Amino acid sequence: MMTLARWKVILVLLATILGLLFTLPNLLPAKVRDSLPPFMPKKTLNLGLDLQGGSYLLYSVDTVALKTEKLNNMTEDVRNTFRDKQIAFTDLVNVGGAISVRITDPNQIDDALNNLRRSVGGQLAGVPGGREVAISQAPDQRIRIVFIPEAFDAAAAKAVEQNIEVIRRRIDQMGTKEPDIARQGKDRIVIQAAGESDPNRLKSVIGQTAKLTFQMVDDAATPEDMAAGRVPPGDEIVGSSDGYSTQYLVKKRAPITGEMLTNASAGFDQNTGRPIVQFRMNGIGARRFADITRQNIGKRFAIILDKKVISAPVIEGVIPGGSGQIRGNFTQESANELVVLLNAGALPAPMKVEEQRTVGAELGADAVQAGATSSIVGLLATMVFMLLIYGGLFGGISLVALAVNALMIVGVMSFTQATLTLPGIAGLILTLAVAVDANVLIYERMRDELRAGRNLISSMDAGFARAWGTIFDANMTHIFSAAIMFSLGSGPVKGFAWTLFFGVLTTVFSAVLVTQVLLAWWFRAARPKTLPIA
Amino acid sequence: MHFWPLIKVLPVRTHFRFVRLAKYFSTLSIIAVIASLVLSLYPFTPPCGGLACGIDFSGGTVLELSTAPKAVDLHKAREALSGLGIGDPQVQGFGSPSSAMVRFQTPAGADANATVTKVQQRLIETLGPVRFVRTDVVGPKVSGELFGKGLLGLGLAILAMLIYIWFRFQLQFGLGAVAALFHDVILTFGMIALFKKYIEFDLRAVAAILTIIGYSMNDTVVVFDRFRENLRKYKRMPLGDVIDMSINEMLTRTIITSLTAVLALVALALFGGPSLFGLSVILLFGIAIGTYSSIYIAAPVILLWGVKRVEEEPEIVTKPATAR
Repeated sequence: MMTLARWKVILVLLATILGLLFTLPNLLPAKVRDSLPPFMPKKTLNLGLDLQGGSYLLYSVDTVALKTEKLNNMTEDVRNTFRDKQIAFTDLVNVGGAISVRITDPNQIDDALNNLRRSVGGQLAGVPGGREVAISQAPDQRIRIVFIPEAFDAAAAKAVEQNIEVIRRRIDQMGTKEPDIARQGKDRIVIQAAGESDPNRLKSVIGQTAKLTFQMVDDAATPEDMAAGRVPPGDEIVGSSDGYSTQYLVKKRAPITGEMLTNASAGFDQNTGRPIVQFRMNGIGARRFADITRQNIGKRFAIILDKKVISAPVIEGVIPGGSGQIRGNFTQESANELVVLLNAGALPAPMKVEEQRTVGAELGADAVQAGATSSIVGLLATMVFMLLIYGGLFGGISLVALAVNALMIVGVMSFTQATLTLPGIAGLILTLAVAVDANVLIYERMRDELRAGRNLISSMDAGFARAWGTIFDANMTHIFSAAIMFSLGSGPVKGFAWTLFFGVLTTVFSAVLVTQVLLAWWFRAARPKTLPIA
Repeated sequence: MHFWPLIKVLPVRTHFRFVRLAKYFSTLSIIAVIASLVLSLYPFTPPCGGLACGIDFSGGTVLELSTAPKAVDLHKAREALSGLGIGDPQVQGFGSPSSAMVRFQTPAGADANATVTKVQQRLIETLGPVRFVRTDVVGPKVSGELFGKGLLGLGLAILAMLIYIWFRFQLQFGLGAVAALFHDVILTFGMIALFKKYIEFDLRAVAAILTIIGYSMNDTVVVFDRFRENLRKYKRMPLGDVIDMSINEMLTRTIITSLTAVLALVALALFGGPSLFGLSVILLFGIAIGTYSSIYIAAPVILLWGVKRVEEEPEIVTKPATAR
């Protein structure tokens, strides 16, 4: 106690001042905070979505559907190749993740293999001359084509990246407060949007594939035919939300697709005043649109979004410039949404929601309130208790250590922007309550040493020195728990782990060093003969 | 003045014969552990058995809704949901009379997203203006993963503690500590099962149990630390007496620390709102159990196994050594 190293005093003062400095922004109103001089820290606690309200969405990209689609396209490639090269084949099927085909003439098998190796499957990235598929001969004059797993993984990874790009474009256009979009694992996408008031809108904008096609309506079939499922070859039945009919019979061929659109915007119909969506097409699209409208005057075409007709207008004349409008069954909101989707493009791979957590801002504010109340009550109770047990001086010293500890935790959490969640607040209260344990260990050790016959000074010294090992061991156990909570991955629980982790570090620091410095000052000033706690 | 500070009033040194009662308490603990295991596992339905599965682990949807200032008509809400073809719909009050919680499973093959929208629309039709303040949807894939991760986390935590104690003390101490941990964790599971009407088993519960593991270890380490020290000081004293002495020496600290934790957690349970209630009750229970197990499980197990006692020269007790 007599030899108080100067570095300890400096360290304690520094930690206190820094803690105060970084905690301060949380206590100031936003206006004052903004007018602070530039060298002052301005970051406040980074509240988790459960405290400020917001949405957490976890999507998985449907790689199975992606694979099926790719294999289907490849099956058509095989068919076309054999037709071009006049190789007779039967039984071309796509089952169990592989394409299988039987070559009628055994002499043509080598020829068939060579042709397929040239034309089926894309280039394998990073391997010169390598292809995405493995083509092999199977018994019974068959040829088998399978995806090389690495090639498919690469394709899936690319699709995930592209999906993220499209989602980012869509969200940017919605003007939502900077959402956080991140890839997780191989095929997952996490979106965290703080303060989004309408998660359903967010979800409908993000989750839609938004595949747009223009297809001709086949008016030849009667409603009875459609009801009986009699569909002419080359046609398909598509559901509708245009407000006129529940389904349409349309030609399968889609001459115009969403990629040909260059720009979309929302507007109002001059005659009816209802919301519409206007679009412009690129060169190819405009040419095809002009051709179609010229050849089909008086007929209807269907504008189809994700297998659902949104409008099926009658062609009244040639539309040459590649621009037009969709008069669907829109509200202003749904028109705006379609504009966002069309401008951002379609998702290359379909996705589905795996996990969603949405908290309204109202509930978040309630949670902050409850967290603050219980923190204050809990801390006060702890403080009163310590004062009762150890008296004004030693109890008071542990309270100062506790206050420094609290400042440091809040300061570090603000500085590092680690997320504070509702369970995190619970972690904070518990950490602070248990933080006095270090003080208790030190004080009790001092009393033990006094009882063992040491004099005052050496009891106090030994109290610190010997309690230190115990404090270290005891707090390491919390570090382990916190580390494992991180691996659990869920946002609120991670927040709990953060406060536990930082809490342990600041606790060990403040309970040991702050207490030591304060006791040393007291000792020098008062020159006591006995310990007030013994 | 005579009663403050309290520390002066408390007995300086207690002389409870903890070890003598260990037989009875361990029997009691073993019975409690078996009962807890039965409670939390029976009826063996995956994934949570006898515990009330939160949607983190069971998958499904939870909606928290508010019709403030009007009170929620729970009966009407239940009726509205019964005809929707959703799996296992449950409606219960939550917090205040104007709030309710709705839980259901997305039927197999249906789109979770569309189902939520459908349910929300139906509730608005029946109850009038409703605000959905919280929506949680957990798909079957994610819930399976979270469950696996949760159990793995608990297992890893116990293993990490075993290794740490082994490394810092000796293997026998580690085994005692781990026996105490299993005891605490299993009893906590039993408590969650017993109060399954009020407490759900979800990720937060796992986080609470992990915290209990940390706390229980903390307590055990403190007792062990003194135990190790006394073992070196009193080389000839019977093991049981050394244990008794160590526990008695640390008793004041154990009580004070547990009480501060209990005070803070009671504040949390009372003022922390409904979403922190479960977490704080689990922690409260765990801390009580953790304190008990440091005394009656960890130490007796050491007594059972014995320890290596002739490691180093004993310290000379009469002449205090100077501090490190």
